[in-house]
Amino acid sequence: MATITFRINRYNPDDERRGHYMQEYTLEISKGNTVLDALNRIKWEQDGSLTYRRSCRSGICGSCAMTVNGVNRLACETQVLALKSSVVTVEPMRGYPVVKDLVVSLDPLVRGLLTVKPYLITKTPPPSDQERLQSPEDRAKLDGLYECILCGACTSSCPSFWADKAYVGPHAMLKAYRFVADSRDEGSREHLEALDDKHGLWRCHTIFNCVEACPKDLNPTRAIGELKKELVRQRIG
Amino acid sequence: MTNFDPESIHDVKGVPVHSVHRHDVVIVGAGLAGLRAAVETSAEFDVAVLSKVFPTRSHSGAAQGGIAAALANEEEDHWEWHMFDTIKGSDYLGDQDAIEIMVKEAPVVVREFEHMGCPFSRTPEGRIAQRRFGGHTKDFGTGGPVLRACYAADRTGHALLHTLYEVCVQNRVRFYPEFYALSLIIRDGVCRGLVAWDVINGGVHVFHAKAVLFGTGGYGQVYKITSNALANTGDGLSLALRAGLPLEDMEFVQFHPTGLYQAGILVSEAARGEGGYLINGKGERFMERYAPEKMELAPRDLVSRSIQTEINEGRGVDGQAYIYCDLRHLGEEKIMSQLPQIHELAWKFLHVDCVKEPIPIQPTAHYSMGGIPTDIDCRVLLDGKSKPVAGFFAAGECACVSVHGANRLGTNSQLEASLFGRRAGKAMVRFLRETRTWPDLPADSAGSAIAEVERVLSAKGTESVGAIRNELKEKLSAECGIFRDAGKLEKLAGELRELEKRYRNIKIDDRSEKFNYDLLEAIELGHMFDFVELIVAGALRRQESRGAHSRVDFPERDDEKWLKHTLAWKSGEKIVFDYKPVTITRFQPKARTY
Repeated sequence: MATITFRINRYNPDDERRGHYMQEYTLEISKGNTVLDALNRIKWEQDGSLTYRRSCRSGICGSCAMTVNGVNRLACETQVLALKSSVVTVEPMRGYPVVKDLVVSLDPLVRGLLTVKPYLITKTPPPSDQERLQSPEDRAKLDGLYECILCGACTSSCPSFWADKAYVGPHAMLKAYRFVADSRDEGSREHLEALDDKHGLWRCHTIFNCVEACPKDLNPTRAIGELKKELVRQRIG
Repeated sequence: MTNFDPESIHDVKGVPVHSVHRHDVVIVGAGLAGLRAAVETSAEFDVAVLSKVFPTRSHSGAAQGGIAAALANEEEDHWEWHMFDTIKGSDYLGDQDAIEIMVKEAPVVVREFEHMGCPFSRTPEGRIAQRRFGGHTKDFGTGGPVLRACYAADRTGHALLHTLYEVCVQNRVRFYPEFYALSLIIRDGVCRGLVAWDVINGGVHVFHAKAVLFGTGGYGQVYKITSNALANTGDGLSLALRAGLPLEDMEFVQFHPTGLYQAGILVSEAARGEGGYLINGKGERFMERYAPEKMELAPRDLVSRSIQTEINEGRGVDGQAYIYCDLRHLGEEKIMSQLPQIHELAWKFLHVDCVKEPIPIQPTAHYSMGGIPTDIDCRVLLDGKSKPVAGFFAAGECACVSVHGANRLGTNSQLEASLFGRRAGKAMVRFLRETRTWPDLPADSAGSAIAEVERVLSAKGTESVGAIRNELKEKLSAECGIFRDAGKLEKLAGELRELEKRYRNIKIDDRSEKFNYDLLEAIELGHMFDFVELIVAGALRRQESRGAHSRVDFPERDDEKWLKHTLAWKSGEKIVFDYKPVTITRFQPKARTY
């Protein structure tokens, strides 16, 4: 048990004059309590107006990405005591427009995603009564890519995105590479088309923030590097 | 009936109708059922999908272990075997015509997922990989466990859900993310659309549709320990009830054997399918006393009862309310390649490294076998039996078709949601080809929805929604959980009435319209009261033990009196019951042992 002070960003869109401010709540925290547990207890026991997204509680839906003590994390899988801090600061992810308190707009995330044609593109029709074959080795190339939960933590942490809101973002390029790397996909040119652009691949300056921010331990920077290689190969080949 | 004029109800009690949208199809819920139906209908019709969370946040994505289909990629398998297993698993309450459709079409549905791009794990030959799961056997139950669950590591639901979302993007499905359904518009047996709340901006929206599909999922959040997401509050069930429709077999609630201790988060049955053991506090593999043949791979109802019995009789670990799921003997390589998410969850939530330590687990409320009654084409039935509501469809966990009967087998839910979502899509296409115009909208279409929002936003009581909901969850878990009896259920029915009285006196902290979860949680709690009453009353009436419904005071299955489906309606304060026979085609009920 420990007494923890939560300093939480508040912002009510109906009260623009007040703007953003920090509000403090105090809770007794036991081993096993997550940041989401703490937010829930504040909302349900102290202040019902505190607003944040949440759903699965198990790190797979991607709803509760937020900035905890300066780092983008999923609140549901962040143990409070593991932060080793008597004051825990919780803020909305930076870079996205704030809707209310800890809730950000997902529009930039979706916009970036749509630019890479985020679906399997095929020209050859599949066999009618069975699956396409894919070797376990080819399938293994998708590990570290298909697990993305679209939480937005990577793109929010990216200085290139802070500077250029039209940048498609590491999450979208990780998704693009998930298809370019898929042995079944026949549309790598189409996935890459929109990325050969100053708001696309070349905006990435290999800062690696996205890798650090990803709660699923994925590596968008590597995916972006592979896409750059692929694009160069297509251009000179 | 007049054509709908939004101006006519503008600003009723200060909550305006923001706008009226018109689509051929409006789907509520963006899980596997809703999105699969959207894929099926969007090639030909204008389709909108509303979801209370952003589509890829839907709880289908938390499914882990696999999707069942007798592909026979790894070893001999037949749809007839899958059919028998599903029927026996259902404790003979599943409707065999619907089950036959499901198991026959399963291979087609799974292969279509592959064609769409789903990253299934693969066999050495490059085919979709399959694993063992509880209750899935060879030779009509006489052989051992069969490799039938098609999987993508232990993130199968995630892989399927994202694949469907991607195809929906490609098909230009219109999404209304973070729109919360408030009421159905059904008049004279015709569904005309629905009313929803725009969570992000606030505001009541009317959706005028020729066809509406509910794929609104389950309600595990009414239990204290649950694998379900916070969004799983069963709203769709209560919306159907409030529209005058019945619910079917609500007393059948599945408790998954292996939830992480205290958090209730799912530890996939794949953990046991890959060879994991269940161990009690004395170090025994106790399943040998309950299911000597199938052991850990017995169906969920039986395994959950076994675990709960061990705990109740003091054989939990250190006398506590948990036992162990032990994976250590599988070795690090197998755990990390086949069960990586289990490893991650055990580590992040319990700080247990399952390569080196056993995982503390307890049964967790997981799935609703009951729901909105439909026919085999997912048409919702006004009388619960044969009379469809024109233009209203339901599929997935919120529906009861009924393929799961009294107990669902693992991997059959992702199959059911996808397969009946697809069937609902095809049925809606047929319906829409014959339905050229939109039905009239009554002038008071949004009346009850507006009144509900207004009731909560102007609440001036003293009771806390969070506190009442906690009491409801604790009481339901204690008195209508794995083991039930008349005494506890009667007591619970009275307690729920008292709690509901308190609910009418709630307070609210957030009176704004934009992104107001205080408002949503208050409305959700109202939904919970509506359908939970049916779970309890149905459980009290069903004086037998069948599948997941286990009555200590009636421990035997009673086919003579209870081989039938429960139908229940709300009529004012009263619950009205009716029953309908089970469809039995190929397999006659017999004793169920594993």
